[in-house]
Amino acid sequence: MRYSALSLFANALSGHKKWPEQWPDAAPKPSYDVVIVGAGGHGLGAAYYLAKKYGVTNVAVIEKAWLGGGNTGRNTTIIRSNYLYDESARLYDHAVDLWDGLSQELNYNVMFSKRGVLMLAHNVHDVQSFQRHIHANRLNGVDNQWLTAQQAKAYCPPLDISPTARFPVLGGALQKRAGVARHDSVAWGYARAAAALGVDIIQNCAVTGIRRGADGSVEGVDTERGFIAAKKIGVSAAGNSSVIMEMAGLKFPLESYPLQALVSEPIKPVFPCVVMSNSVHAYISQSDKGELVIGAGTDQYVSYSQRGALHIIEHTLAAICEIFPIFKRMRMLRSWGGVVDVTPDRSCILGKTPVPGLYVNCGWGTGGFKATPGAADLLAYTIAKDEPHAINAPFTLERFTRGRLIDEAAAAAVAH
Amino acid sequence: MILIRCPYCDEQRPEVEFVYAGEAHISRPQNPNLLSDDEWAEYLFIRKNARGVHYERWVHAHGCARYFNAARNTVTDKILMTYKTGEPKPSVEEIAEAAK
Repeated sequence: MRYSALSLFANALSGHKKWPEQWPDAAPKPSYDVVIVGAGGHGLGAAYYLAKKYGVTNVAVIEKAWLGGGNTGRNTTIIRSNYLYDESARLYDHAVDLWDGLSQELNYNVMFSKRGVLMLAHNVHDVQSFQRHIHANRLNGVDNQWLTAQQAKAYCPPLDISPTARFPVLGGALQKRAGVARHDSVAWGYARAAAALGVDIIQNCAVTGIRRGADGSVEGVDTERGFIAAKKIGVSAAGNSSVIMEMAGLKFPLESYPLQALVSEPIKPVFPCVVMSNSVHAYISQSDKGELVIGAGTDQYVSYSQRGALHIIEHTLAAICEIFPIFKRMRMLRSWGGVVDVTPDRSCILGKTPVPGLYVNCGWGTGGFKATPGAADLLAYTIAKDEPHAINAPFTLERFTRGRLIDEAAAAAVAH
Repeated sequence: MILIRCPYCDEQRPEVEFVYAGEAHISRPQNPNLLSDDEWAEYLFIRKNARGVHYERWVHAHGCARYFNAARNTVTDKILMTYKTGEPKPSVEEIAEAAK
């Protein structure tokens, strides 16, 4: 069923009791052309693009828990592409290009809101670093501009720019094309569109092994619900990527860390954009429900626990209260954690693996949500063509052997 | 916040006194000149990232300032045992015994 004003009106007449289910919960078939491991935005999107752009419809997306319940449902929904290096600028800007028409393409409102992302500079080093970013971005055709402290205040009125502030604001880098989207809708929209094209979405079905034939290539996956044969396997398992890759005998340059976020009680619209402060480990926006959505830095140790320590978010909130004194008396409603897989150079790994038929999309670290449509599209291309697209060719696993790292670690700092 | 016993101070202290220092028992290559690119990649970048028992280094930054090793369960975050730098990597049985 196509969603439209007309379908909304028709269903209103029947009291919204006759909406059909958005996608069926499929049972696994014995074999598929392609199996995608992980039903987050990246995995579901890859299945969608495989079916839509490359005509590969005999696809299953298998998920150990529920769809979109990992990092897709746990992030702070920030979308931006103002990365320093040429390779990253192309990669993330490709994603933003796809975000632009996504609601129309999926016939599902992902609520992409280009409200602008403002990154605050608190000291001379920040100013110099952001100016460099802005110039690099403009050479790459990525929008990014410098705001003085007064211009930043005009763009985001709750900001405290007084010279005596604990974290003085010397200015900021603003990407106007950046913004936020509704994270759950992204997973649901891709799931519905992929299922409509014949993709099976199989939840509560953890992968327990990857079977390989005599020639080393993949034969399929062992799961909690039996063996599923597959000619090709795409792994998009975020924090658990190391675990899945080990099933195929591969060791990866990844470490998984908890990353926390929290939301406040809902209030009336007061915060018009996204503000990030890399120096003080905090980023903040206001959701359409009215909650302030606040993100912190990662916890310090490797963990798969999907929760973090209180002192991390305490530090973040202390910074938020200094930069936005009007929020000092706000109460926080919920906090949670996700497990993010971090590479040594803070850039993703997206491409083929040494195992024939096994493809990987991992290492997005703390910033995977913004890349969702781009990563999905490029993973689908890589699987369909058995070679990486020009955009993700620099992001393959070989860079750690060849030494050609894309070092966004300092460039992206901690906050995404 | 996790609690960590510093094997030098012999005291259990909160996590904020400590700084995590990555996977333990990664030794610097004996003959760097002879290493292939693959071996360098393995030494520099490949990490176990274990889901379960993980051997790791911590430094008691706001205490004795010394590095030591710990075995921790990365699913529960519980520290199973800590031991001094240079001591051999404990086996799974020894860790289970120490965690009792």
